[in-house]
Amino acid sequence: MKAVIKVSLKKGILDPQGKTVNNALHHLGFNTFRNVRIGKLIELHINGKNKEEAAQKIEDACKKLLANPVIEDFTYELFEDKD
Amino acid sequence: MKVAVVVFPGSNCDHDMLYALKHVLRKDAEFIWHQDADLTSYDMIALPGGFSYGDYLRAGAIARFSSIMREVRNFAGRGKPVLGVCNGFQILTECGLLPGALMRNENLRFACKHIYIRTENASTQFTRTLKPGQVLKIPIAHGEGNYYIDDDGLRKLYDNQQIVFKYCSPEGNLHDQFNPNGSLDHIAGIINEKGNVLGMMPHPERAMELLLGSDDGQYIFKSICS
Repeated sequence: MKAVIKVSLKKGILDPQGKTVNNALHHLGFNTFRNVRIGKLIELHINGKNKEEAAQKIEDACKKLLANPVIEDFTYELFEDKD
Repeated sequence: MKVAVVVFPGSNCDHDMLYALKHVLRKDAEFIWHQDADLTSYDMIALPGGFSYGDYLRAGAIARFSSIMREVRNFAGRGKPVLGVCNGFQILTECGLLPGALMRNENLRFACKHIYIRTENASTQFTRTLKPGQVLKIPIAHGEGNYYIDDDGLRKLYDNQQIVFKYCSPEGNLHDQFNPNGSLDHIAGIINEKGNVLGMMPHPERAMELLLGSDDGQYIFKSICS
């Protein structure tokens, strides 16, 4: 199975990277863009076919290591693996 | 007093820390590798600055799972002193020994310069040679020193007097222009509730001799080591 995990800064926490990129986009004429937020995308493969078990493991890994619950939120999706 | 300076792959202020303790203050100090796990013969642990594990994922996020950190947690649990500087501070917040988190500097720039910090709590074992409000000139060198904690957490820090240092002007005034990284309430260093784990972004071990610009770091080491 394949997991795609998105880690983003919690709402309300200032994202200076996003703000800078937002400004750069405006300089390029993308004036209708706003609220740019930058996060992380983590992909990984999991052995086994049990989706529930995999989801549990991903949650656990996100809470322990992949995201810092003080400042970050995470979401994930699981896909059937072709290999 | 015997001090262990923990060395992670990517630590780069470990030698400065050892030099400060051993050669400037003539204390018994030695390196301990992150895979070692016996801290019984030590009276204090120093987690030095650097880029443990390349700061991959988040600064300190990988180092906190090294075998030594389990022992550091037990060591701290027994009430013994732990000092985390810069990356050491980041590791302490990641592993939960200190509350809050250290994020990217607000201006996104790596800050490497001498700054001033004001002593907010002079009654900890790390600050007892200082006077309340005393200003120290100490260098910083970090890209992720922007301290953040939620409102409840911040209130607790104030209620328990856990904020030990704040960034300030040379005269000790608080203002955004003297805050090098955007830290919440200008926080530069905090201590745990029990008062035996201190984390700070500025590097006292690099301010031990006037030849290098300041010896104000000595106050902190002399507080703990004497």
